[in-house]
Amino acid sequence: MDLAKASFWGYRRENGRVGVRNHVLILPVDDLSNAAAMAVENNIKGTMALPHPYGRLQFGADLELHFRTLIGTGSNPNVAAVVVICIEEGWAKKVADGIAATGKPVASFGIEQHGDHDTILRASKKAKEFVQWASELRREERPLKDLWVSTKCGESDTTSGCGSNPTVGDAFDKLYPHGVTLVFGETTELTGGEHLVAARCRNDAVRKKFQFVFDRYQQVIEAHKTSDLRDSQPTKGNIEGGLTTIEEKALGNIQKIGRKCMVDGVLDKAEMPTGPGLWFMDSSSAAAEMVTLVAAAGYTVHFFPTGQGNVIGNPILPVIKLSANPRTVRTMSEHIDVDVSGLLQRQMSPDEAGDKLLECMFRTANGRLTAAEALGHREFVLTRLYESA
Amino acid sequence: MIHFVVHDENDSVGVVVVEGIKAGQKLNGWIMDQDKSLEVTAKSDIPIGHKLAIKPIANGATIIKYSTDIGKAIAPIGVGEHAHVQNLRTKRW
Repeated sequence: MDLAKASFWGYRRENGRVGVRNHVLILPVDDLSNAAAMAVENNIKGTMALPHPYGRLQFGADLELHFRTLIGTGSNPNVAAVVVICIEEGWAKKVADGIAATGKPVASFGIEQHGDHDTILRASKKAKEFVQWASELRREERPLKDLWVSTKCGESDTTSGCGSNPTVGDAFDKLYPHGVTLVFGETTELTGGEHLVAARCRNDAVRKKFQFVFDRYQQVIEAHKTSDLRDSQPTKGNIEGGLTTIEEKALGNIQKIGRKCMVDGVLDKAEMPTGPGLWFMDSSSAAAEMVTLVAAAGYTVHFFPTGQGNVIGNPILPVIKLSANPRTVRTMSEHIDVDVSGLLQRQMSPDEAGDKLLECMFRTANGRLTAAEALGHREFVLTRLYESA
Repeated sequence: MIHFVVHDENDSVGVVVVEGIKAGQKLNGWIMDQDKSLEVTAKSDIPIGHKLAIKPIANGATIIKYSTDIGKAIAPIGVGEHAHVQNLRTKRW
């Protein structure tokens, strides 16, 4: 596939970033605001509430991550406008101000001194205004480099390492030279292959930072494990699919970064990259957590290879699912966007599989709904670092 | 039909890529990196996605896949036998 002049149709936002969706979000800052946010979503068609269970009495780095994730989610170019609701007006404004830095329309509402009814009324009026405004925005043709593509695999099995992950790797190797902004993560799922990622780091500074976050996560595992992680990593689903050890899972996982592209930088959770290239995000390997973090970092399309059939989606980030497992493709076809099972029968080359994924990427970027979007998968899962105060 | 694939010719295990493999069945394998083929007779029933040994593996030996260490054998594994949690363990954690 010749990508030199490739383009897609996206929504150019006020800050120059380009989105492939046009969501108007109703964003609760805390658990207490979910009810009002969902009421506004119900009142105003075309909006989407993102309920979640957190936001009270978090502190320190955990609170910073909470704000960074919410502000990042609202700032993502797949989002046209945001209504923020919080029990406390001050924090609603803090999140809204963070999103407003992108230049997009944002409004914030506090529930205290008003109650749910009045808040829902005021927020609904604003949401209606936003959704009608957003409905008149038009897509325009943009160069490939304006796309930000993330990857994370899930319910992996051995076919992931043989087929679907190398397909993502092929696509990443093709996108990288064209200035696309890429990311992978899953810190603990590199265990056994961390030396291979370290060897791919652009320079010593990146390598040192990667090694630091990798070692830090290993210490978390050592501090909290009971006997070993045999029940968690690999997961029961991984083991059912034939994966035996974390090393084997990691080596399959790493196929996603291809054979050529270099790791240009290391990101903290939900941190926005500062330029094109391949970034590594220090992140959980739990699917919905990781995808939520890369969406908050500003990524606009996601590649999700699966073996046994993970059904994940994300509210704002279209999740393209691919599988090389012929049984999964047969039994869970409604979840699979790209079937690459032909790879394992030599009926399809890695190059052809990569092109098939890229073709789906362009169609998705141009507006085609992914299986996860059509099925209503909107997993929005915030990462917590430790107990609340 | 390809019954199992192997990443690299240095590997000691391959991956079954079709359903319903039974003990005694002759299996066609494909070594992807070198684009070679090999034949192995299954010694166990092996589900799709699960591994089989393509070389004799001694108890305690390192198991190689992707040309890389993926753990150690905790029992001897004969060619064509199912290699999984019953005879293969991580060296980490």
